[in-house]
Amino acid sequence: MRRPVRIGAALLGVVGLLASAACSTQPQAVSKQTIKIVYQKTDSFTALDKVFQDAKQEFEAANAGVTVDLEPIQANDDDYGTKLALSQRSPDTAPDVFYEDTFKVRSDVDAGYLFKLDSQLAAWDEWSKFNEGAKAAGRGDDGSLYAVPLGTDTRAIWYNKTVLQKAGIPLPWQPKTWDDILAAARKMKAADPGVIPFSMYAGKGTGEGTVMQSFYELLYGTGSSLYSESDKKWVVGSKGFTDSLQFLKTLYDEKLSVTPADALDSNVWKKVFGQWLPQGKMGATVEGSYAPSFWQKGGSYEWAGYAQDMGVAKFPTQFGQDPGGVSMSGGWTLAVGAKTKSPDLAFKFLTTAVNKKNALAFDVNNSQIAVRTDVASDPGYQAANPFVKDVSNLVGVTHYRPATADYPKISLAVQQATEAVITGKQSPAEAAAEYDASVKKLVGDTKVMQK
Amino acid sequence: MAVPDSFGRGLLRRRSPIQRSLRRRLRLLPVVPSILLLALFMLAPVAWSFYASFTNAALSGKAAVNPQWVGLDNYARMLTDSVFPLSAWLTVVFVVVSAILGQNALGLGIALLMTRSGGATASLVGTAVVASWILPEIVAAFAAYAYFSQDGTLNQLLGMLGVQGANWLYAFPMAAIVLANVWRGTAFSMLVYRAALSQVPRDISEAALMDGAGGWQRLAFITLPIIRGSIATNLMLITLQTLAVFTLIWVMTAGGPSNASTTLPVLAYQEAFKLGDIGYGTAIASVLILIGMVFGAVYVRLIRGAKS
Repeated sequence: MRRPVRIGAALLGVVGLLASAACSTQPQAVSKQTIKIVYQKTDSFTALDKVFQDAKQEFEAANAGVTVDLEPIQANDDDYGTKLALSQRSPDTAPDVFYEDTFKVRSDVDAGYLFKLDSQLAAWDEWSKFNEGAKAAGRGDDGSLYAVPLGTDTRAIWYNKTVLQKAGIPLPWQPKTWDDILAAARKMKAADPGVIPFSMYAGKGTGEGTVMQSFYELLYGTGSSLYSESDKKWVVGSKGFTDSLQFLKTLYDEKLSVTPADALDSNVWKKVFGQWLPQGKMGATVEGSYAPSFWQKGGSYEWAGYAQDMGVAKFPTQFGQDPGGVSMSGGWTLAVGAKTKSPDLAFKFLTTAVNKKNALAFDVNNSQIAVRTDVASDPGYQAANPFVKDVSNLVGVTHYRPATADYPKISLAVQQATEAVITGKQSPAEAAAEYDASVKKLVGDTKVMQK
Repeated sequence: MAVPDSFGRGLLRRRSPIQRSLRRRLRLLPVVPSILLLALFMLAPVAWSFYASFTNAALSGKAAVNPQWVGLDNYARMLTDSVFPLSAWLTVVFVVVSAILGQNALGLGIALLMTRSGGATASLVGTAVVASWILPEIVAAFAAYAYFSQDGTLNQLLGMLGVQGANWLYAFPMAAIVLANVWRGTAFSMLVYRAALSQVPRDISEAALMDGAGGWQRLAFITLPIIRGSIATNLMLITLQTLAVFTLIWVMTAGGPSNASTTLPVLAYQEAFKLGDIGYGTAIASVLILIGMVFGAVYVRLIRGAKS
């Protein structure tokens, strides 16, 4: 029986080895503390990386013995959200402080990923400097606060003055109705068949960009909405929904926008910012207040002439009804992870990252709309680019997405409807009917209302 | 477990039946670690995936903390899902056209031609075909994208001939990914068949030639029956490989336009990770595993038939 014993011992050894490998992350000695920061970084988005690098230096100098471990994730918005959610599932990978999209705050609070910050915020003297409306972005369904806003944004029409001038459109341009947009686009097409007169995103390729920078500007300008906050129900069967799809269909059918094939390319926005607008091949597009961040010095598509050549206009309501314009806002926040071992230290780092100096640098470098009143009144912020005032004023007519846990699926259903219409697969009425059916299927009949 | 050597059998004969069965069990011991590892890294994820498909597990929201057992809800949802049936159909089309017909037939054809042609030609053709196979999938996918995209290589070549090419990835997404998968995977079948054909005894072929059998007759009645086992094995491997293709499709079309190239792996990824619905995503993955098992069972019968 000697051999079996030896084999058994060897086997035990293997199992032991596996087990020890699995539990090697034992609690470390407390003398040296580390906090882990997770955020997004891409080739065209480095503003946040800069903020965290600076905050790390500042924080480590002020807190001896603490190491700040920066872990940027290289991914687009969608994949960043996925990777972040996956890392939250285990205490070994969960971050202490992380960058969080405002529309995910509520569902991630439900998932128990975010640390409740009420008592920390109450004791923080700078919290009063934050804009009251912006503070709501970090509120969970229970009324508590879970995240601190970094900046917000709005959407507007960005137009190339030279293209409009060539078509004989008086400047500055401000369309009053949807028909004004179509009329101007047709003029541009007539003046130069080579230009793309008015680009609006559609389809699943551009993802959330399709709804934030295109469809919702239309939908909310009809007086309809996606979700009724007062009834806590999703709206289906609205005329505004079909009308919005019809508007997109007209744009694409008359070739006033990009080709459907280009629209479905997830990289189309790079061509809009990097080629078509700077080269005078596009008349106008609907894009975010952050547009100048691509063109200013150090941006991905540096364009010295953008300040003179570009103009900005409010997106009009359908027939010019009140309040005369429509915009959408999102923005990002910083949050403390619920699985953190040192919440106070994490919160302290968070406040360093959003202090006046760092918030100003982030808002300027990323063309964000300031959420701190002291940053908003800073001359450096107001001089960051010539459009700061125009896009900041749009906060008055802006809308926020319904930040429920169902939202991402509803958004996809909207994207699908726009795709079906611009590719000619369905008529606006058919696509709207299919959207209604999928919403009912996704959230259940009781959470749907006809309007 | 069979113990074929007479040496072992001689030893066993001197022991009692109890000792014999104990000894036999102990012989399995050295295999145990590998079985444990297999179970840990292969079976456990599959089992977890099956389990998750009966829950409403999600990436965020309340179901992320406390997933509920929902029974067959996720599977029932497939029946009413507008994309799922299309997606299952596209998956079968993708496997049958690109793997079973494309890679398999082309691989066999090239292997047959190579056995006939001279060494230099054969190695030149072999290198060209194998080149696409040794590329990492992500590189091959970008190469295929660069070839088929609107201002890509194919349309530039057509442009030189004065022909205006279509936007292939938009107008014919399935055809493009099928061709890309054939391009990428043919080398594997070719290598399998090269090896199999070298095992076909020359004298049988020559005897048939003497009896007046033509080329097609020799192929159909001699070569193919002899390599039948290799055909079934090859079909099994390329089918399972093609069922799981994700990167190629994701890079080339991301499943679009309007889901026209959304195969089951793409759909499962979208549901699980883009929409955070892990429960439904794993249910789709489970169906994918079932489809693989059906194909596998058919091939196993083919192999058994070949052996008997």
